[in-house]
Amino acid sequence: MRSRAIESFQDRLERVSLAPLIHTQKTYYLFVFLLLATVAWGLYAYAIQLRYGLVTTGLGDQVMYGVYIVNFVFFIGISYAGALVSAILRLTNAGWRSPITRISEIIAVGGLTDGALQPIIDLGHPERAWHIIAYGRFQSPLLWDIIAITTYLVGSLLYLYLPLIPDLALARDRLGQSASGFKRKIFTVFAVGWQDTPDQRKRLNRAIGIMAIMIIPLAVSVHTVVAFIFSMTLRPGWNSTIYGVYFVIGAVFSGTAVLLIVIAIFRKVYHFEEYIKEKHFRNLGYMLLALLLLYLYLTFTEYLTGGYKMEEGEEQLLTLVMLGKNAPWFWFFVIAGMIVPAFLLIFSKLKTIPMVLIAAVLVVLGMWVKRYIIIVPTLEVPLMPFEFGSYSPTWVEISIGLATLAGFSVMVTLAAKFMPLVSVWELKEEAEKETHHKEEAEGQR
Amino acid sequence: MRKQDVSRREFIKQSAGVAGFLAVLASPMATVLARDKASAGMPQEPADKKKRAWCMVIDLKKCDGCVTIGTVPQCTNACILGHYVPKGQQWIEVYEDDLPGGGKYFLPAPCYQCENAPCVNVCPVAATYHDKDGVVLIDHRRCIGCRLCMSACPYHRRFFNWGEPILPPEAAFAEYSPHYPVPAVKGTVIKCMFCSHLLPNGKLPFCVAGCPMKALYMGDLNEDIASNGKDVVQLSKFLSENDAFRYKEELGTKPRVYYLPGHGQTFGRTADDPRPFVPATWPWGGESGFVRPDGIFPWSETK
Repeated sequence: MRSRAIESFQDRLERVSLAPLIHTQKTYYLFVFLLLATVAWGLYAYAIQLRYGLVTTGLGDQVMYGVYIVNFVFFIGISYAGALVSAILRLTNAGWRSPITRISEIIAVGGLTDGALQPIIDLGHPERAWHIIAYGRFQSPLLWDIIAITTYLVGSLLYLYLPLIPDLALARDRLGQSASGFKRKIFTVFAVGWQDTPDQRKRLNRAIGIMAIMIIPLAVSVHTVVAFIFSMTLRPGWNSTIYGVYFVIGAVFSGTAVLLIVIAIFRKVYHFEEYIKEKHFRNLGYMLLALLLLYLYLTFTEYLTGGYKMEEGEEQLLTLVMLGKNAPWFWFFVIAGMIVPAFLLIFSKLKTIPMVLIAAVLVVLGMWVKRYIIIVPTLEVPLMPFEFGSYSPTWVEISIGLATLAGFSVMVTLAAKFMPLVSVWELKEEAEKETHHKEEAEGQR
Repeated sequence: MRKQDVSRREFIKQSAGVAGFLAVLASPMATVLARDKASAGMPQEPADKKKRAWCMVIDLKKCDGCVTIGTVPQCTNACILGHYVPKGQQWIEVYEDDLPGGGKYFLPAPCYQCENAPCVNVCPVAATYHDKDGVVLIDHRRCIGCRLCMSACPYHRRFFNWGEPILPPEAAFAEYSPHYPVPAVKGTVIKCMFCSHLLPNGKLPFCVAGCPMKALYMGDLNEDIASNGKDVVQLSKFLSENDAFRYKEELGTKPRVYYLPGHGQTFGRTADDPRPFVPATWPWGGESGFVRPDGIFPWSETK
């Protein structure tokens, strides 16, 4: 016997989660238009860069990597929201994850696509990118990157798609004429004849289980080899053994923060308050705190082991980072990106959602700055007896950087129109399990 | 006994099978891994069949940074003029470094042509490679411009053509080869290549020939000989007797450029001589060396 409460919960869930697929507000169009305009401006800037070459950037023979590579590390890092929430929480059977898995997987795909584009934007000869496949050398860390990132992207797409099948079938069956013909076609094709039979469910669950296990080593490998691009060189700061771990933890850290921001926005806009609860912000906030402390610890060991010995290059780097030209960036990262969020998260019980959210925003900003601190100052340190290098991005780099962010936002925003943002079937399962437990408990009494 | 025989035979059969299977698996891998030489099927310089190990010796006792004659460093100048080097790049660059007790010495730095070259190791497309004589070359038709080699080089000896280089018209008549990378290609990495287009013909590199102090020697480690155009020396003895060192030797890159310590004393330059060297100049290159947009609009182009 099913209780009435459950039925109405399910109806409400379907109504709320499918609503964004058929109803679109004016502000949505405006928002998407603004984002696309930013992307278009970025494309114009890129056209100029293609025409004249990288001379249009602020890069030079000394500081030869800048905003593009910072964004590369940053956006690949963001994609870890997917690996973390959907895979780790699924494997540890944390029931509260169901409402946020879909959003985290969308972030993963968006972040990866965006991140993978950055090195190509940074190439002097983007039209020769195919040389990497035609003449690729396995000895080069860049090839490890290409392999790891494309594999992870395919994995993430699969991992986004598999749990989506029952929900697409739901959209196909429930929306009927209220959705446009184009969307109906998409739902029908991508639902691949899902009828919700026990056999189909069993197979789906097994496939998702396999992907959840596979996605974790894939994710770890991706940011490890991103770190290897830097740590395979003989430069002060980069010449480090912990860079792989350091980058992986940093990626999960910033990914969780971005996830918090995105679920807060979707919760507000599409009224998911019943599913994405305060509990989610609290739990994710604690995870963010744990990751923050871990990252703080790694940062501390990284700088202490270099700073204690004070090799010449290391000394120049630390002076540059902590006292010199880059000091404002560095101390912004330490204070606004680490210490303030730590306190906000520790005392987040006072007013959970706003405090966790402010912490998340600060962490995201701080982690962008941290990637800048990792990449640019090391290149500014002179390798021969000459002056320190300097770098400041030009309007081309800033435009392309903003367009990158807009591109990521547009991907996430458009996803809201083509798939339910919460995993409806998993939420239903959870709710059924809960009432089942309750009924059992009552029966025993 | 019999049982053992069978099992042995089976063992051999099976291991042969496994080995064969592995070989089949490994063969595509081997072709991929063997492909680390760029420019296969490219016309190589034919003149010299012998396997050389080109190296350079720079006698700092003789290097006065050209301050005593009051010109720009002549090695840099000869290199710029000989290769139509884009403005801003100094493939051989003279640095001014501190002496322990005060004062300065001059350090001309070409590409060190490392045997364990970090740049060659990280190149994703094998655009940079060792030729048969150990010179590190770049194939500018293959280079994708990722600049990983620049970040890997611990000596800052690689340069990037950030835009279309502004060169004199005659540069366009040069026949490009990795041994003589002229004219420079936009969006690729470029550097000193030991004038490996001249060496097989028995000529000295531009910088060695251009040095008025005869401080630079070109040598072959295999034949144990070196020359600055005037004297010919036995390389190993010359290096040992003059306390040769290599720059940042502790990095393990095994550079093929040796320095003999000094501060130009042969030509009477004292350690505390305050005269700085004259910065290099380019007869071409406009203001910044590359074609650049003026302002943000593509139609307002300047040179």
